[in-house]
Amino acid sequence: MRLYINVVIAFLCANVIWAQQIQKSEYGTFLLSGGTVHTVTNGNIEADVLISDGKITSIGTNITAPSGAKVIDVAGKHIYPGMIDGGTRLGIVEIGAVSLTNDDNEVGDINPHVEALTAVNPSSVLIPVTRVSGVTTVLTKPTGGVLPGTSSLISLVGYTPEQMYSGFDGLIMNFPSSGRRGWWDRRSDEDIKKDFDKRMKTVNDIWKKAEAYARMNAEQSVADYNPEMEAMKPVVEGKRTLMMEVNSKKDILAALEWLKEKKDLKVVLTGVAEGYRVVDELKEAGYPVITGPILSVPGRAEAAYDASYTNPGMMQKAGIKVAIRTNETENVRNLPFNAGFAAAYGMGIEEALKAVTIVPAEIFGVADQYGSIEEGKMASLFVSDGDPFETKTQITDLFINGWKVPIESRHTLLYDEFLDRSPGLEKE
Amino acid sequence: MKIYLNIILLFMVFGLWAQETGSVLIKNGTVLTVTNGTLENTDVLITNGKIARIGEGLSAGSDVRVIDAKDQFVMPGIIDAHSHIALDAVNEATDPSTAHVWVGDALDPFDVSIYRALAGGVTSSHAMHGSANAIGGQCETIKHRYGVMDPNKLRMKDAPRTIKFALGENPMRVHGEGRGITPSTRMGVEQVFRRSFSEAQEYMEAWDNYNSGKTKVPPVYDLKKETVADILKGDIIIHCHSYRADEILMLMNVCKDFGVKRLCFQHVNEGFKVAPELAEFGAGASVFADWWAYKFEVYYSTAYNAAILLRNGVVASINSDSGELIRHLYHEAAKTQRYGGLTDDEALSLITINPAKQLGIEDRVGSIEVGKEGDVAIFNKHPLSVYTIPQYTIVDGIVRFDINEDPKDMRIDIDPEAKISTYYELDAGHHDHDGCMRDAMELFTEK
Repeated sequence: MRLYINVVIAFLCANVIWAQQIQKSEYGTFLLSGGTVHTVTNGNIEADVLISDGKITSIGTNITAPSGAKVIDVAGKHIYPGMIDGGTRLGIVEIGAVSLTNDDNEVGDINPHVEALTAVNPSSVLIPVTRVSGVTTVLTKPTGGVLPGTSSLISLVGYTPEQMYSGFDGLIMNFPSSGRRGWWDRRSDEDIKKDFDKRMKTVNDIWKKAEAYARMNAEQSVADYNPEMEAMKPVVEGKRTLMMEVNSKKDILAALEWLKEKKDLKVVLTGVAEGYRVVDELKEAGYPVITGPILSVPGRAEAAYDASYTNPGMMQKAGIKVAIRTNETENVRNLPFNAGFAAAYGMGIEEALKAVTIVPAEIFGVADQYGSIEEGKMASLFVSDGDPFETKTQITDLFINGWKVPIESRHTLLYDEFLDRSPGLEKE
Repeated sequence: MKIYLNIILLFMVFGLWAQETGSVLIKNGTVLTVTNGTLENTDVLITNGKIARIGEGLSAGSDVRVIDAKDQFVMPGIIDAHSHIALDAVNEATDPSTAHVWVGDALDPFDVSIYRALAGGVTSSHAMHGSANAIGGQCETIKHRYGVMDPNKLRMKDAPRTIKFALGENPMRVHGEGRGITPSTRMGVEQVFRRSFSEAQEYMEAWDNYNSGKTKVPPVYDLKKETVADILKGDIIIHCHSYRADEILMLMNVCKDFGVKRLCFQHVNEGFKVAPELAEFGAGASVFADWWAYKFEVYYSTAYNAAILLRNGVVASINSDSGELIRHLYHEAAKTQRYGGLTDDEALSLITINPAKQLGIEDRVGSIEVGKEGDVAIFNKHPLSVYTIPQYTIVDGIVRFDINEDPKDMRIDIDPEAKISTYYELDAGHHDHDGCMRDAMELFTEK
């Protein structure tokens, strides 16, 4: 028995060290008193915000705190909805260069049935580092191959993937690319064309197969166990979102052409780095876009130096629904700065804020729960001493799905420990 | 004798060409001098490449370009202490010590990254050898004179010599894992330095003995040993790729044993753990604003690194090591205000005077002071605001970036016949964390 207890204690300790979180999150009733509420959907108002049972239950002036409520004075501060990153590998990749900590990339080109949510590590050290920046919700997605798997929207609080799951999953498709993969890609132009055609064939073959499978199995399954096709069935039926990663102008146009023959699909275009070159075509097609990282180099040498910065604003101004993502893992915390650059280079602060809150929530079909500060929505929000896109702004309070989450991460803990190290130079 | 004079004359003429200097008058800006506070509504006059006057109501000859910087912010040209732009080759990954090679032999003035850096206010960078070898090649401090065709004109003339060292995973991976030779551990890495330094000492002694007549036969000339000897003599500054606290302490111990004092750690993600030791040694630390967790040796990192180092008295800078980050180092520096609450001047020092100190060029650049070189960046908002947009970047008094005259295509080597324009995909999430390993990773995989 004692051994058993020791083992349990050892595990608990290991968990604490792994997560490097000393304070616990709190659940209950909280009244945020006296701040400026940036609702995103209903303008900015001076109001109190009441949180209970995980939800925003009331927004108004002079709300009386219910008994047992914890009152947090936020006078002079700002309340924003938690930011949503529309594309990350958070939770499924821990250390990029240590392959056994990378759960994003299954072997093979065709893996529609593998699910990111399965591999989300709720104790990833990266999660607290991310959420203290005000990013409360992220899409985490598999990578690699043509159909790398199914992405999942997660809130950055909870001890199991199910607790974190936030109501959306979409099938990722890396639409064939005609570009080079990097400076180390020395393929000839012919080989690039060959690879493109080969991948295009893969896409078309699997798609035809999936359509046939869906027709055959429309009512009830008549096929043998076929998890790939089972995963694609709702996509070809238009019940699950297809997220198509596509970046260069040529590939965007090819993707739009490919989509023309497909009816009634739920489609989101992701990446779309050269969207600014085909805004008319994108506008006409009408698909929402999740673009980013904004802090990235333009894909070609001759592109304007600021093409990546101006791209989201150019698409948004043309009437395309644009959300912003980082496409990051350990630095998803830079989402507000990506939005800040998009804002400065044409999008404007108001639209850039929407692009990391309500717009991704709408794209993911969870706008009734997330993306703005409204009564009845999930209490995923943060308090700051200023504009959260501004680099010097501090996030002071954080709520995710009603949990008051400590402003604490490996980075803050190391700061606390080492700013004034003890012992210093002396041995004792 | 006449030939000799002619050669000198020729060199002087080339020298003039190579200077590429100009004059410009910046009017009514908010001048962030970095070393002498902020001057409101102030003019800065650059004459023939040098800052000639700072004050109010300055005037210049009618041939001098005037930039109206009203409501704008004028700061020293940003300096990147760690970059690999403008280089054709980065790693000579064939030996644990390649002190004899020099990236200055592989400068590429056509690299569009130079223009992109200019468009982020960066006027100088430290073009470094990669981190494949414990003792890498020598580096080159360049000025971003985008538009010149001659690689020599990128060089910052008379800047101190520097060399790249590397600790930890990269040299262990390339040589130990990849080639089955030392170093495959951090123990082995230490011995590469001790052996090289000791052999260079012996080499110097052998020359001393020959020069003083003690021995009759001269030693065999060895450029690698010559270079390491120059490190021991203090003629070359070591810039060492490093992450973990233990390896940082190790190199400081080796340097102490051999009397080497000029040392700057690069990346140095765990520098915060040994900040008192770094300060005591007098070593510089050039760090990322927030990069971490991309490999195991940076897992125990904190974005508060720069703040902790600075508060402990270390000369710290923020670098890019990336063609992406170099475009917004002002923003990277601003992150120290979120992570550690640095003042504006402290944050700006991380990308101006402090990297200048680490490169040994602080008498020439890194602040707006009379007599310094005319390297200036002008922003429409405070450069530490996320909403700022660089407007002009001036190198040696020549406007090299002007947002109002920014052509859509800034390649120098445009081929008008070219039909195919190459698009490079961003490798999802794998941005150039391994820029330091360029030309080395290909040894392992086609990727």
